[in-house]
Amino acid sequence: MASNAVAVERAAGAGWSRAGGGLARGVALTYLSLVVLLPLAALAWSARSGGLAAFWHEATEPEAVAALKLTLGLAAVCALVNAIAGTATAWVLVRDGFPGKGLVDAVIDLPFALPTIVAGLTLLALYGPGSPFGVDVAFTRFGILLALLFVTLPFVVRAVQPVLLELDEEMEEAAASLGARPFAVFRRIVFPNLLPAVLSGVALAFARAVGEFGAVVLISGNIPFKTEVSSVYIFGQLQSGNGSGAAAVSVLLLAISLGALLAIGGFRRWRTRWDRV
Amino acid sequence: MSRYLLRFSVLGYLALVLLVPVGFVFYRAFDQGAAHAWHAVTTPEALHALWLTLLIAAIAVPVNTIVGVILALALVRGRFAGRGLLNAVVDLPLAISPVIVGLGLVLLYGRGGWLGGLADDGVKILFALPGMVLATMFVSMPFVVREVVPVLREIGTEQEQAAETLGAAPFQVFRRITFPAIRGAVAYGVVLTTARAIGEFGAVSAVSGNVEGQTQTLPLYVKAQFDGFDTSGAYAASVVLALIAIAVVVSLRILQPKEH
Repeated sequence: MASNAVAVERAAGAGWSRAGGGLARGVALTYLSLVVLLPLAALAWSARSGGLAAFWHEATEPEAVAALKLTLGLAAVCALVNAIAGTATAWVLVRDGFPGKGLVDAVIDLPFALPTIVAGLTLLALYGPGSPFGVDVAFTRFGILLALLFVTLPFVVRAVQPVLLELDEEMEEAAASLGARPFAVFRRIVFPNLLPAVLSGVALAFARAVGEFGAVVLISGNIPFKTEVSSVYIFGQLQSGNGSGAAAVSVLLLAISLGALLAIGGFRRWRTRWDRV
Repeated sequence: MSRYLLRFSVLGYLALVLLVPVGFVFYRAFDQGAAHAWHAVTTPEALHALWLTLLIAAIAVPVNTIVGVILALALVRGRFAGRGLLNAVVDLPLAISPVIVGLGLVLLYGRGGWLGGLADDGVKILFALPGMVLATMFVSMPFVVREVVPVLREIGTEQEQAAETLGAAPFQVFRRITFPAIRGAVAYGVVLTTARAIGEFGAVSAVSGNVEGQTQTLPLYVKAQFDGFDTSGAYAASVVLALIAIAVVVSLRILQPKEH
């Protein structure tokens, strides 16, 4: 049966490529190469143009290293907060009921839709100098974290929500009827089922936090060695005409963040390897 | 009891991080009166920035929609070497900082870049519309593909097969069978692509040159006004962007698949 389905799919695949499909695919792949791959290739080329020693020298400038550490640290904290707050939010949206829930569910998508510079502007006005709440976190690491939390808020919620909807409450009821306390039910039944979704949300949030620029640039104040994140450092190097230096830091940042994404993906596959048996 | 505690912690978090900041944009824009705000968004510079933003979206979104559907078909229905690689490349823009995207374009089309000679031939890419469109295309590329792929997987190929055996030409199969099935997902992807295209800041600001009234999009205008201490102008333009964002969220609600 399964092999039959594969055969049918293959035949349809052949149908697509028979006429027009092949050409369309060629055009799409060319577009992808020109728009996405070519600039990245130019970036890598520029980073290594002065040789490996020059690359390493540019990428490990003290200011660049400080920015890199700050970026990765904040992205990790942001991912962790999202794992907890995002899962809790998804839980409340699926399992809880209160008036206005539909509206709350809808506004979760706002950070995807709101331009990042607008987010940065309003966070600075609200939690910066002259804040109506009397808190001033502008030009601090906490301020940057706040901006990162804003732009990454939907990722874990939207990854966990559908899984939670599908999750059969009978298992939890069975565990509870066997005497498991609510926390034990969560830890032994709910959490293992949600973990893959939480991790994919966390990976997306982490990647976004590592690269975020618009939301951060106003509230961070961009003080070297203190509140300057990598994206702002790279932008500054580009503006001051040091393209190859910017490229070297970019390549290092990309390598580290893609490595982290692969590690999260690998952990996810390792944790869910039983599902596929 | 713990249920209420969780509910109010979550709502409190959402209020502090999300709702109050978004509401505050509107408050700040109108605290000097609606007429003042209207005046601030109808300056020639602001109107030009809005027009440029919409123009870039009007180019990038249709291209990314058509290419996105083709790429989704290739990823799900195609059988060719390097499909896994293609899948990874499609996701790449989600994992790359917009600033790095802009930097890549500057290094490619700038002086000494592989395609830097284009500028000498009179084809201006950087600090002009083409560069800004390219940057926008890059960052908004994955959304249609990501929405359409799961739907294509789910609908399978039986109906397409049936149509084909009944003598339908490939494009006919696509138009009559495949497209109606993925229409909702395409629309959802288009809304997300549009939101990203309109709001992009980092990639566009790296390649635009940010010349007022020429290469300044609305998000860049917001930053420029803020830097120039014209905060009411910055907030008024922000309201326009926030209204677009709210329209996007409403559209996403309407377009959302029924089973959710």
